[in-house]
Amino acid sequence: MSDETAVKDKKVRAAVEPTIAKSETRKIEVRHEEPSTEKKTTKVKVDDACAFFGTKQALFSVNMEIAEKEVTAIIGPSGCGKSTLIRCFNRMHETVPTAKFTGDILLDRKSIFAPTMDPVVVRRRIGMVFQKPTPFPTLSIYENVIVGLTLNGVRDKKVLDEKVEWSLRKAALWDEVKDNLQKPGAALSGGQQQRLCIARALAVELEVLLMDEPCSALDPISTSKVEELIHELRQNYTIIIVTHNMQQAARVSQKTAFMLNGKLVEYDATEKVFTNPSNKLTEDYITGRFG
Amino acid sequence: MFDYQTYRRWTDRTMVFLCGAAAFVAMIPLVSLLAYVIIRGVKRLDWTFLTSIPTPVGVTGGGMGNAIVGTITLVLIACCVGLPIGIMAGIYLSEYGKKNKFAWIVRFTADILSGVPSIVTGIVAYTLIVRPMHNFSALAGGVALGFMMIPIVTRTTEELVKLVPHSIREASWALGVSQWKTILNVVIRTARNGILTGVLLSIARIAGETAPLLFTAFNNQFWPHGVNEPTASLTVQVFTYAISPFKDWQDQAWTGALVLLILVLAVNMAAKLFFKNPRQLLR
Repeated sequence: MSDETAVKDKKVRAAVEPTIAKSETRKIEVRHEEPSTEKKTTKVKVDDACAFFGTKQALFSVNMEIAEKEVTAIIGPSGCGKSTLIRCFNRMHETVPTAKFTGDILLDRKSIFAPTMDPVVVRRRIGMVFQKPTPFPTLSIYENVIVGLTLNGVRDKKVLDEKVEWSLRKAALWDEVKDNLQKPGAALSGGQQQRLCIARALAVELEVLLMDEPCSALDPISTSKVEELIHELRQNYTIIIVTHNMQQAARVSQKTAFMLNGKLVEYDATEKVFTNPSNKLTEDYITGRFG
Repeated sequence: MFDYQTYRRWTDRTMVFLCGAAAFVAMIPLVSLLAYVIIRGVKRLDWTFLTSIPTPVGVTGGGMGNAIVGTITLVLIACCVGLPIGIMAGIYLSEYGKKNKFAWIVRFTADILSGVPSIVTGIVAYTLIVRPMHNFSALAGGVALGFMMIPIVTRTTEELVKLVPHSIREASWALGVSQWKTILNVVIRTARNGILTGVLLSIARIAGETAPLLFTAFNNQFWPHGVNEPTASLTVQVFTYAISPFKDWQDQAWTGALVLLILVLAVNMAAKLFFKNPRQLLR
């Protein structure tokens, strides 16, 4: 680019940018909540977490404390390590053959990497919902919900029946599927499938729910249903949600973490992050200057 | 002037014609074979043929009932040998041995094995079972056929288990289901129809084998009394009758061939029902 055009370009941008920034910030509405008086206990503590794929480092010493019964949103551009971070929380990261992890993650002050902690047990307490709904194609709705129990030896029909209804009610899906429990899970719509996956996670002894862009494959109506559900679930569960959608982060979360290039840039109350970020990078991202 | 457009159009037409003609020529032996076997075989095809044992030369009647039972027995024994090993090896290759050297060797061996002439498999079974036990038996024949099944089943199972999306496995792990339970209850269950198709196709393939049976199961003119005695099979019986000088036996050979064809066709059709299209393999 010649010098002349570069200068021109700069001028044009300078003229346009403030308006973009303003309109973008205005769009993001933060749900205002009275700051709770009780001190929240820490549910998950991330201590100097570094993650690698082969020789490539994906996370650079991330430290964060996630409070119990709150929704924590993790935002950031593609490839910034959001998904890698939450996949460390339930030890899914290590299922990738070349993956490595250093540092520690504490669940209720106990390391999830302790020799006594089986990844299988960790994953039962820290459930996960993926970007694409993944109902098991050969199983019915009923079987899908309780698959985490039946595969681990629960056989009592009465217990299972109760668990199916309870989980589906929790996931706000019961009324839509109660007459079709024997239909294949894959026959549901995308949004219903995603709520089925949430129900499936709730059916095991869940404490923390990880959501990896749970709405990016859903239409707006299904998205709002899942978001409402997140609000409901917050009463009982700690939720960590990765999202590309900043409006969504602002709508559903109490805390927001902004990540960039594998580093945790800012982590604070959602309202603060979206209205008065302390880091310039966060502000640039939120106002849509990059990413 | 040379007209490129006309040239291209005619080249195109010529090639389409040649390929179509080649496809037609390829059909001729297949169709004539089918038609001939049906025309020659249908004459003797009746209930007696299916349910009675061979009669001595000159006595009319008789059939291949014992050979049909024998073929089914041999296939069942082959399944007992070939399916567990083949399916488990296939699962190992796709789930645990994606890149290691051992898996590479297994894969390579399986590919070579599926190309080994079937008579060689027969010799192996002869050495392993017939020699130590001092008699021909259904067991030896079944094992020989089982050896032939292993590489086919291994490779089809591997390919079909690989088709199961990784996200399904992750979803299961994320529910706190251990790896072996995930493989057993989620992955295999999802690939079930595909694996079944592979199994049926391998059965159709081995049911028509003659060479490995000639000196393992051998032949028998009577109803079988157990797996440890020489056993008749459709293929060997057809071979024996076809090279005999007697008109009646030759006719029976055609009918035997027809019965075998129908059996194999039935298994193939069953496989097609499961196979409709690759995506449905995962339902």
